[in-house]
Amino acid sequence: MGSSSYEPKSKAAKWFEERLPILGLIHGTLGAGYNAPRNLNYWWNFGSLAGFMLVVQIVTGIILVMHYTPHVDMAFRSVEHIMRDVNYGWLLRYSHANGASMFFVVVYIHILRGMYFGSYKSPCEVLWFLGLVIYLLMMATGFMGYVLPWGQMSFWGATVITNLFGAFDFYDGMGESILHLLWGGFSVDNPTLQRFFSLHFLLPFVLVGVVILHIWALHLPGSNNPLGIDAKGPGDKIPFHPYYTAKDAFGLSFFIVIFAAFIFYMPNIMGHPDNYIEANPMVTPAHIVPEWYYLPFYTILKALPDKLLGVIAMFASILIFFVLPWLDGSKIRSAKFRPATAFFFWLFLVNALFLGYLGTKSPDEILINIGGGLDALTLGRISTVFYFSYFFVIVPLVSRMETTKPVPTSIAQSVLDARKEG
Amino acid sequence: MTTNDRIEHEEEVTRRNFLYVATGVVGAVGVASAAWPLVDQMNPSADVLALSSVEVDLSAIPKGQTVKILWRGKPVFIRHRTADEITRAVSENTADLKDPENDELRAERPEWLIMIGVCTHLGCVPLDQRGDFGGWFCPCHGSHYDISGRIRKGPAPRNLEVPKYAFLNDTTVKIG
Repeated sequence: MGSSSYEPKSKAAKWFEERLPILGLIHGTLGAGYNAPRNLNYWWNFGSLAGFMLVVQIVTGIILVMHYTPHVDMAFRSVEHIMRDVNYGWLLRYSHANGASMFFVVVYIHILRGMYFGSYKSPCEVLWFLGLVIYLLMMATGFMGYVLPWGQMSFWGATVITNLFGAFDFYDGMGESILHLLWGGFSVDNPTLQRFFSLHFLLPFVLVGVVILHIWALHLPGSNNPLGIDAKGPGDKIPFHPYYTAKDAFGLSFFIVIFAAFIFYMPNIMGHPDNYIEANPMVTPAHIVPEWYYLPFYTILKALPDKLLGVIAMFASILIFFVLPWLDGSKIRSAKFRPATAFFFWLFLVNALFLGYLGTKSPDEILINIGGGLDALTLGRISTVFYFSYFFVIVPLVSRMETTKPVPTSIAQSVLDARKEG
Repeated sequence: MTTNDRIEHEEEVTRRNFLYVATGVVGAVGVASAAWPLVDQMNPSADVLALSSVEVDLSAIPKGQTVKILWRGKPVFIRHRTADEITRAVSENTADLKDPENDELRAERPEWLIMIGVCTHLGCVPLDQRGDFGGWFCPCHGSHYDISGRIRKGPAPRNLEVPKYAFLNDTTVKIG
């Protein structure tokens, strides 16, 4: 971050810059002072889209708080009040609820882009860690936000997820003490709702802080690019503004169309109808399903026969991303030049989507009718094994053994070559 | 500068070393004591703890029926078991159990099975008289409990918990 090349145009800006060099900081971070590789494709739009979604969530969230009441007796009604009585309340709530899904969509694509093009590799490991911290904070924030409307899915989702921490039962009563501490009672109840509300308000601002660190860590080595080679000379780079601000803005306008389609035409498609029933601790819905963005991990949880192992596997399935920079031993970043890596990457993606699909199914549901029939539990176990073997076996071996394609000497050279080939 | 260098080289315990460690320890204790209230406020508060017992009239529950009551924010199952069910529960004491427990220990009076209706897997409420063992079945992740509330199949690690309770007379039980 920061740039010494910034020269204020007006006298006032110059006066201000000498006293607080924040204009130069912005100029060097998101303006003309930051030179990015010239070959970034549209997969590089998703970072700024995620930033946009964070702003949307904070703005709509702060407004929703003005009308919401965090109490078990009033929370559900106050959400209905927002939907029916508050001017444009429906728009704000639908934007916020679907916005969470959109935020996860763009972040998932952003992470997968990083995986494919090797953006986690040296010297960007800390940048990658910060991204994972952002993702973990998003998971926590999204979960607590889903509890606030105090519908059946809110309540039972909160019950199931908080109970995960009861698995850490290493001495008699330890699991229970952890749960009582989390709940502030003997079950999910008003104290739980109020603390979730407080944290759901706080964490997005923590996210903003980590996002700033993420961008800081990005600008030291500079952005990766589809070729995965370092941008060296001036021929390899172009200023972020106006080139990438324009490209990001174009991508953003396209993205907003999709976002709006969800808000206006299918606002409840990501939700669950049971969440329009007020929370009732005496009745569990027939089928508890988490929000779609947790589904693959939910399947991994269900796949193991032991509660503690299931919980450990679920956390491990996310934390494993922290060691990816070392599991991958290839000297080449981009999967463009690593055909076997690319193949297994797509297989990993398909498997992750399949894990997500299985998350919506009951364990004993027969999904494939061969032999005695394969139920969701068996398929979930196979998928879980593949998920972990991707990290522990496939990536370490393939990255060290595969025959790679020739890598261009520079970004500028590859552009010229492409032009020659026509 | 030179005094410092000499002290480091000699590696002896000086008054200054002692002051460093002592200050650090006092500081750490101070921070921990200040942090404790911030953590402990999350534990159940006095009013939550106060609402910890209920009395239930059993005369209204016919044989072969289960009643669900709310205790500490959780459902409690009170089942009036039939003679047939009691025989089954006792005969299965010797079955292959994940969490072995005799029925006699789970029901003070065999006709009254009282337990917390919360699945020991992830806290859902199991459904009454379903599942492969004629007891309870949790719809969330498929745990089957028998007529004594013991886990027989599925991911739950323990039997349905039996709360502390006492019969005040033949038709009243106090839970908690």
